[in-house]
Amino acid sequence: MTAKVDISFTLNGHLKKVSVPADMSALTMLRDMLGMTGTKLACGEGECGACTIMVDGVSLNSCLMYAAECDGRTVLTIEGLRTAAGLDPMQKAFVEKGAIQCGYCMPGMIMQAKYLADTKGKMTHEELQRGLEGNVCRCTGYKKVFDAVAAVVGVTE
Amino acid sequence: MEPIAKKSLIGQRVPKPDAPDKATGRTTYINDMVLPKMLYGKILHAGRPHALIKNIDVSAAKALPGVYAVLTAADVPEMFFGVGRDNRPLKGGKVRCVRDEVAAVAAESEELCDEALRLIKVDYEDLPAVFDPAEGAKEGAPLIHDNKPGNRSLAYQFKHGDVAAAEASSDVVIDSVFNVHYVTHCCMGTSCVIADFDCDGKLTIYSQTQYPYNFKMDLAPALGIHPGDIRVIQPPVGGAFGSKLDVYPFEPVCALLAQAARRPVKLTFSREEEFINAPTRQPVRIHMRTGAKKDGTLTFRKVDCLLNNGAYTSWGPTVPFVMMRTFSSHFRVPNVDIDCRAIYTNNPYAGSFRGYGNVQATYATSIHADMMAEKLGMELLTFSLKNAQKSGEVTPQGARLNECVFAECLQKAADVTDFTAKHARYAAERNKPGRIKRGIGMASSIHNAGGAKIHKSDGCGTMIKLDDYARATVITGASEIGQGIDAVICQVVAEELGIPMSDITIVNNDSAIAPWDVGVHASRTTFIAGNAAQRAARKAREQMLNAASKRANMPADALDLREGWVVHDSDGTPVLKIDKLLREMHFSREPELVMVSEYYEPPSEPENKEHVGDMSAAYSHAVHVAEVEVDTETGEIRIVKFTSVQDVGRVINEMGLEAQLEGGIVMGIGYALSEELKIVNGQVRNPSFRDYKVLTAPEVPPMELHFIESHSSTGPMGAKGIAELPTIVPAPAIANAVYNAIGIRFFDPPMTPEKVARAIWERDSKLAAAE
Repeated sequence: MTAKVDISFTLNGHLKKVSVPADMSALTMLRDMLGMTGTKLACGEGECGACTIMVDGVSLNSCLMYAAECDGRTVLTIEGLRTAAGLDPMQKAFVEKGAIQCGYCMPGMIMQAKYLADTKGKMTHEELQRGLEGNVCRCTGYKKVFDAVAAVVGVTE
Repeated sequence: MEPIAKKSLIGQRVPKPDAPDKATGRTTYINDMVLPKMLYGKILHAGRPHALIKNIDVSAAKALPGVYAVLTAADVPEMFFGVGRDNRPLKGGKVRCVRDEVAAVAAESEELCDEALRLIKVDYEDLPAVFDPAEGAKEGAPLIHDNKPGNRSLAYQFKHGDVAAAEASSDVVIDSVFNVHYVTHCCMGTSCVIADFDCDGKLTIYSQTQYPYNFKMDLAPALGIHPGDIRVIQPPVGGAFGSKLDVYPFEPVCALLAQAARRPVKLTFSREEEFINAPTRQPVRIHMRTGAKKDGTLTFRKVDCLLNNGAYTSWGPTVPFVMMRTFSSHFRVPNVDIDCRAIYTNNPYAGSFRGYGNVQATYATSIHADMMAEKLGMELLTFSLKNAQKSGEVTPQGARLNECVFAECLQKAADVTDFTAKHARYAAERNKPGRIKRGIGMASSIHNAGGAKIHKSDGCGTMIKLDDYARATVITGASEIGQGIDAVICQVVAEELGIPMSDITIVNNDSAIAPWDVGVHASRTTFIAGNAAQRAARKAREQMLNAASKRANMPADALDLREGWVVHDSDGTPVLKIDKLLREMHFSREPELVMVSEYYEPPSEPENKEHVGDMSAAYSHAVHVAEVEVDTETGEIRIVKFTSVQDVGRVINEMGLEAQLEGGIVMGIGYALSEELKIVNGQVRNPSFRDYKVLTAPEVPPMELHFIESHSSTGPMGAKGIAELPTIVPAPAIANAVYNAIGIRFFDPPMTPEKVARAIWERDSKLAAAE
């Protein structure tokens, strides 16, 4: 039996106190312990970005992070973007620009896009492409993803 | 009330109805599902290509607390399934490829499953193996299946005209061998299934399948149960692209575990398992000989295809069905002689993959077109136009090309890219000094765009009901796997019924509810399910207009349904709200509910034994132009601009159409430049996204899309199927552009930097030696 660690952290604005196995990933904790299945498992080795979340405002692959490392931090998942006011502008843009097909990679893609928008604001097309390079999508060819981000923050050539 | 003008939804930009839930993480994909009392399943794969199983000891695994079932071939009936009926859920006696399933466990967690698998001891005796189909066909080669002499799997021949005479009369003949490679789908949601038996032995299976009704038929023999006792539920999936068009062993294995454990069992592949065990695209060695007259007229194609069948027969080795269509109908080819053979080997095996065999075949036909034009000293456009079919022509295999706009597509693609001038300029600059070389290439193809009658029926059932509030429910056989049929059906039904798209609910995820459909494949769903939805909606519309006619004292054909109202067709004057009409119909003395059904069968015919038949109700063409830069030192290819011109029949959802084309093109570029599943001695050497390179955002070139609307007389609103051509045509367009840039042909994709740099180095070394 793996040793357990008691942690507390803020998840999408709510305080969580959980006891997690020391070797559990943040992704597994979110999905299997806390029922937050919006964050996706697609490779489990940090190669595809489907599990992207924000921790203290920084995007990262939750499959590569230990759950215990969430202790004392602020975690934002795809479920936390939608508020009482409705969809986040980034989510809305992804819907309206047709960026979502099977949609499996999209929670991670939207979190990464949100992170880029929050930290960079307006960016060049090349900066946007580089900023999304860790997020694999097999359906869209990324073009409509670019359109969606451009609609929110503006992208220059 | 103001008059309501007639407006059309067709051709608009419509977001997918399921997009908000997907964008917010609300959607529960099959990979996210947990059922009460559910166990987890895992499979022990052989990991070796060819070996006798001498002994399996599962006693320690069975004794592990938390383990509910451990199965080997000895525990289950010897049932065969699959396209070639040569596969079994669990393998006994011997294993034939690394994937082979030798044991499976069900336990309370995936971790416990892994622990149980580690406790299973299998003694193997390795056998000589064969990985190359040419070797496999030789006398004395290791035999993969005892009942398959010569390792012969499927074989296909098609002959038309007199190839020998045509060759004798040809002015130019070219002859090439193409080797198209293994790639895999890389669905973002890995393979996953949940099986649950009830007390009567009936199975409910939560599946990623893209063909739910045939899935029942194909799964049943693997389990020895009646297909009618299988209910297929289709939760949202993370991609399919053809990979879910067959039953694969993990699915019956999961069902067998559920049966043994008397609990629901969920089985999910890890990404590594996915790369090794999920189907691939069919690799093919294509030996093609093409002839032409001096004036550019194509005279014949003679094609010999050798397919690596792998250890079992899924859809992969059936790709000649589609390849032969391309060989005989991509351009007007009066004489053809095609011979295709699949040979069993100890490699993993291929399934269907977007574009089917046409990705493979078009790589050959489009490169040969470029080579032939050059050899004849003709512009590629002139050569292509000379051989492009026109409306009404019938191909050697009996495809009737109605509404054929191939020539328009070619001309448009050349015009918008300044193809001819650039092609000549880059060729002239090829041998001048400079590290970066530019090139432009064109490729084209034809594909079925009105379904494909490869089963007894190519139809789709649809039912529509309207409630007292004018909310419509469309129950359709068509599966939604991300491609966007949900939006198309909403548009088509809303257009006919004059209600908002947001008032339409689609039900299509339960085989116990939705009527039959033959699945998402062959670019068929918009065409077939769109037609079925439109016809059903027209029945509902007629019923509603007839009822309104009585109430308005006007002929039904003088009325129309617009924006929730019955209106005068002539000037849009509102007469009656549709929801009120429906309530009046429902609660009248002669009550009627609007609930209609339609089974649409396209006007197509199956191929006969000679492979002749008009198997699709429509065909379409696409022409792609790639402009590239080749770094002659590193071998890197950068696509500067990618242009697509495609006959789409008619645009229904412009945004969804663009999205399908963009995604398909990027997948096609990956096939051309970076993707390759490296299978060496039967082992998959690159089972991760780190080593198997799909395109990511920085590699996506600017794309320009042009739609030609040919208005199919049989398509819904004139639309044709569209989703495979974008993946089919990019690779030869890029290969032809690379040739234009550096003068080297690549007959063996992908054109990786290593391969390109080596080819340049070899060419330059030879030139230097000659000097």
